Amino acid sequence: MIAGPRNPPRVAIVGAGPAGAFAAACLLRARGDAEVDLFERLPTPWGLLRGGVAPDHQEIKRLEDTLDRQTLKRGCRFLGDVEVGVDISHAELMSHYTAVIYATGAQTDKSLGIPGEQLAGSWAATEFVAWYNGHPDYRDLEFDLSARRAVVIGNGNVAADVTRMLTLSAAELQRTDVADHALEAQRESRIEEVVVLGRRGPAQAAFTSAELRELGHLDGVELRVDAGDVALDPVSQQWLGDEGTFTARINVQLLREFAERPARADAGRRIVLRFLRSPAQIRGDGRVEAIDVRRNELMRAEDGMLRARPVDEAVETIDCGLVLRSVGYRAVPLPGVPFDERSFVLPNERGRVLAGAGEPLPGVYAVGWIKRGPTGILGTNKRDAEQTITCLVEDLAALPAPAGEGRERIDALLAERKPGLVTVEGWRAIAAHELERGRSERRPRVKLASREELLDVAAQGTPSPAGHVH
Amino acid sequence: MTYVIVGSCIKDDSCIEVCPVDCIHPKPGAPDFEMVEQLYIDPEVCIDCDACVEACPVDAIYAAPEVPDKYAYASDLNGLFFGEKSTAQRTAR
Repeated sequence: MIAGPRNPPRVAIVGAGPAGAFAAACLLRARGDAEVDLFERLPTPWGLLRGGVAPDHQEIKRLEDTLDRQTLKRGCRFLGDVEVGVDISHAELMSHYTAVIYATGAQTDKSLGIPGEQLAGSWAATEFVAWYNGHPDYRDLEFDLSARRAVVIGNGNVAADVTRMLTLSAAELQRTDVADHALEAQRESRIEEVVVLGRRGPAQAAFTSAELRELGHLDGVELRVDAGDVALDPVSQQWLGDEGTFTARINVQLLREFAERPARADAGRRIVLRFLRSPAQIRGDGRVEAIDVRRNELMRAEDGMLRARPVDEAVETIDCGLVLRSVGYRAVPLPGVPFDERSFVLPNERGRVLAGAGEPLPGVYAVGWIKRGPTGILGTNKRDAEQTITCLVEDLAALPAPAGEGRERIDALLAERKPGLVTVEGWRAIAAHELERGRSERRPRVKLASREELLDVAAQGTPSPAGHVH
Repeated sequence: MTYVIVGSCIKDDSCIEVCPVDCIHPKPGAPDFEMVEQLYIDPEVCIDCDACVEACPVDAIYAAPEVPDKYAYASDLNGLFFGEKSTAQRTAR
């Protein structure tokens, strides 16, 4: 059977983050009759919008309302707490759906590859992010904020986020939806200084100018950057003029302004931006006590890229009790699906996943970071989803319809495997509970931070017998 | 008056879709679209219709006199953006 007008296409989307949600919305716009199931391994939807975007950026989290209106409120089903590859296989999805779209993101961080990286107190910045955002798998991590200095490695927006989160006051965090355990930890925090290390120079920092400006305008926080550090070397000066982006030029201008500011003795906390510095070793007896850094210079490599290389072997030792690294992200292979081990994405052409020999694998698609790598910002996923969905809709006529008339078979399978899965009603119950607690504490939302609590509240909100999927 | 986009812009292009006079830049497909961190409204062309404000999913667009203090830089930044290149240069492929 072919999926025609009388047989609506049935599509599984794996991962309910922004990319998966934009794909669902786009598909429903293109094919109003499509039956869309949004699978998610967490009990809650919206991926990094809920678990990544920093709590003090509540305005960005408003995108949730748009995603909700365009997906779940248009009949797209939410199937939460179901892990594809564990609870249900790729092959099973393929037999129950016309097409499967992977939107699983980039779930692991790159390591620094230096001695001491495994010491207690050395973390991936994303672990800290997941912890302060109430990701249920990270709630039991214990971040020791008792040292006076923390070091953040990296110059991207995750580095900026964790730097802000380490320097905001508990009173400021109290007004956000930061996880309760992180709010408690921040009340006890003794961190006075956060040193942020960039491998390359100020012109190459990957911060958006909005994030960099914000670091320089936090209440009660001094931002310190050395005038020598922001003086551009000739290579960078030329690079900025020839290839630098508008953001890079604004960033350099901002950093020069910051460098000229008088020192502030009244500030309770301080952010220190250091450029052209690479970590060489993390030191400590059982836990992080210091980090050794080397000074870099920039050179133009044979491929034309500007690269950092150490000036000499001399190291500077910075005492610290916490190291957060944020030097890039990677996707991980998914069981039963091809994976490009060099680019860390699903091999694909415009979102059509390719088999080993390079021909499209019928009915399998990718969107978001698992498709293009960890680049772009939230809205980038909208265009990305449009590209993938355009391909999918073009292909529909040639894709075989799944077995069975309706969704009875997949629903029976899910009821057997995951009787407590979280439906849209379950998610609405979680959201209502969190928002109600938020209202009583004058916060935007108070998150349920454990899987048990989330599943309990979801079950209370699901009127039908456990396991019956609507 | 005109409208101004602030730094919380996520480059969702909903505003571009609804703008009746095509005054929001860069557009998807333009050479600098992927490089910019936010979108900008050309004040010379904007007709103050408010459509983009309604469409923005993260409320990142304000009438110029109503831009909150924390985004006070946004109008100047907008000017710098349009000062670097004309719209014609920007949209030339």
